[in-house]
Amino acid sequence: MSLTTSTIDTHLDTGIGSDLLTLSRRRRLTPGRVIGWIVLILALIITIFPFYWMVKSALTPNAEIVADSGRFWPTHPTMINFARTLGLTTLEESQAAGGSGASVNFVLYLWNSVIYCALIGFFQTLFCAMGGYAFARLRFRGRTILFNMLVAALMVPGIFTLLPNFVLVRDLGILNTVWGMVAPSVLMTPFALFFMRQFFLPIPRDVEEAAMIDGIGKIRIFWNIVLPMAKGPLITIGLITVVWAWKDFMWPLLIGRDESVRTVTVALGVYLQQSPNRQPDWTGLMAASTISVIPVIVLLAFLGRRIVESLNFSGIK
Amino acid sequence: MSTVMGGGSRTAAKAPKPVVSGRERDGRVAWLFIAPVLIGFVVFYLYPTLRGLYWSFTDYSLLGQPKWVGAQNYVDVVHDADFWRSMLKTLQYVVINVGSQLLLALLLAALMHRLTRSVMLRTTLLLPWLVPNVTTGLIWLWLLDTNLGFVNHLLDSMGFDHVGFFMSPDLVIPTISLINTWGYAGYTALLFYAGMLQIPADVYEAAAIDGAGEWRLFTRVTLPLLKPILALVLVVTLIGSFQIFDTVAATTRGDPAGASRVVYYYIYQQAFQFFHMGYASTMAILLVLILGVLTFVQLRLLRASESQLS
Repeated sequence: MSLTTSTIDTHLDTGIGSDLLTLSRRRRLTPGRVIGWIVLILALIITIFPFYWMVKSALTPNAEIVADSGRFWPTHPTMINFARTLGLTTLEESQAAGGSGASVNFVLYLWNSVIYCALIGFFQTLFCAMGGYAFARLRFRGRTILFNMLVAALMVPGIFTLLPNFVLVRDLGILNTVWGMVAPSVLMTPFALFFMRQFFLPIPRDVEEAAMIDGIGKIRIFWNIVLPMAKGPLITIGLITVVWAWKDFMWPLLIGRDESVRTVTVALGVYLQQSPNRQPDWTGLMAASTISVIPVIVLLAFLGRRIVESLNFSGIK
Repeated sequence: MSTVMGGGSRTAAKAPKPVVSGRERDGRVAWLFIAPVLIGFVVFYLYPTLRGLYWSFTDYSLLGQPKWVGAQNYVDVVHDADFWRSMLKTLQYVVINVGSQLLLALLLAALMHRLTRSVMLRTTLLLPWLVPNVTTGLIWLWLLDTNLGFVNHLLDSMGFDHVGFFMSPDLVIPTISLINTWGYAGYTALLFYAGMLQIPADVYEAAAIDGAGEWRLFTRVTLPLLKPILALVLVVTLIGSFQIFDTVAATTRGDPAGASRVVYYYIYQQAFQFFHMGYASTMAILLVLILGVLTFVQLRLLRASESQLS
């Protein structure tokens, strides 16, 4: 398990050497390398094409979905599918464009998802940093046993705790509320706690010890010295938490059935089920899918490099 | 928040410095630090675990009180053909998904490692991982639609018949497996790639000077040195793969005729459609046991490979 700790910066050390190696080999364009590049480019195309097709279908008028289904660009591109899934059209307009007549409001669902992700991302990261620091640094009775218990929860599949947690949330009367939805993950996940402790373990104690000699308290040391030092991993774990919260489906599906708290993923499932005829409302669905992907692309555009470079063992979940 | 923190540190600062009292001072602060995670653990992990364990011996319909029935649920589960069928379906999913995902990821990682350091490329490959499984499921439901889907148009133009990827009982599980391979292979590739970057470059140089070709470098250098990471990724991917739910729940809902009813979905149905909470808990426990054994075996393998490395 010690693998997990030291990987954050190591690729920087070895990267230079491997770069030289690739550079020296780059000149020779052997058949093997050409095939290699073809495979990579193929992988890129297969990765991107479904997104292209999604956007293209979202821009197709519902009436022309059959005619345009084999074309690479819609004959009469339209924004109506986005307008109606975002709830910007009247019911009549929406039905005329192929909607089921049920209310669809992806502006609301996006907002709900953002709240959900922000709450979980912020508080889980903060609390797990506090806990991880305590388990790595502070001495107290039962530390090892407690930590092992908390991390053993990593092994428990989600569905096992999900059933009783649903009943608990129901009995507390917070079904269909933000609190019920964030409750199980806002305080901790074993993964985030484990990650944070692993991060704090190898950091030299010098600074903290110096501060301690100056008579600065443990809490202030954590708040003013340790947290700023841990900014990188905090952002990493925060990002990963947010991504996972964004993808969450099962729990929000159970707890947030009501439209007022419905997240984007749940709304997508509901939208498919609401489809009016035998055939799903593909153009609307693809518009909604596009809406669910846009925040992710924004995230990648701004933080892509950070995410990509922090992905290694610590990034596993 | 900040006022609470300030107050705490003031008392800590005033406390005497000798080492003897250090332990106690740590103790109080430490409990403050771990209070949120501890509460989260007790309320949402420990308590539900014990409760689920108890429910597995009861008949509980979500209304009223759980009624003790002894080991009846366990007896039922053993004789429940639908449960075993869903386990088989899950296993089929896991084998196809994990197998294809790891092989593809390994290939992509090795190619990137030997050919390019492009961040652009890596970012693009990561994109599907960032997309919710539900969205991925919907996009492919449309791409693979029997009549209008792009893939069937493609097959059509090459002279093949249309294929009902989601309609055929034989194809639906492989289809869902490969959809999620599309969703996760790039991410897994980046994990492998990060592992490969940690292999010192001089190992490759030495092997290259000895006249080793690319394939030999891969099998003799990359693979053995990557083994610990391979094992760890295998454990994590396998456990994650067993928990397939989103794609099924959002697209097929177990259809056609239960052909895509994986075990997570079956437990979900038993609990929230038929309200057999006790029975669902029993199945969840069986799943925990199976995953536990799998993890244990794999971690043993992992330890073996670690010692080989040193």
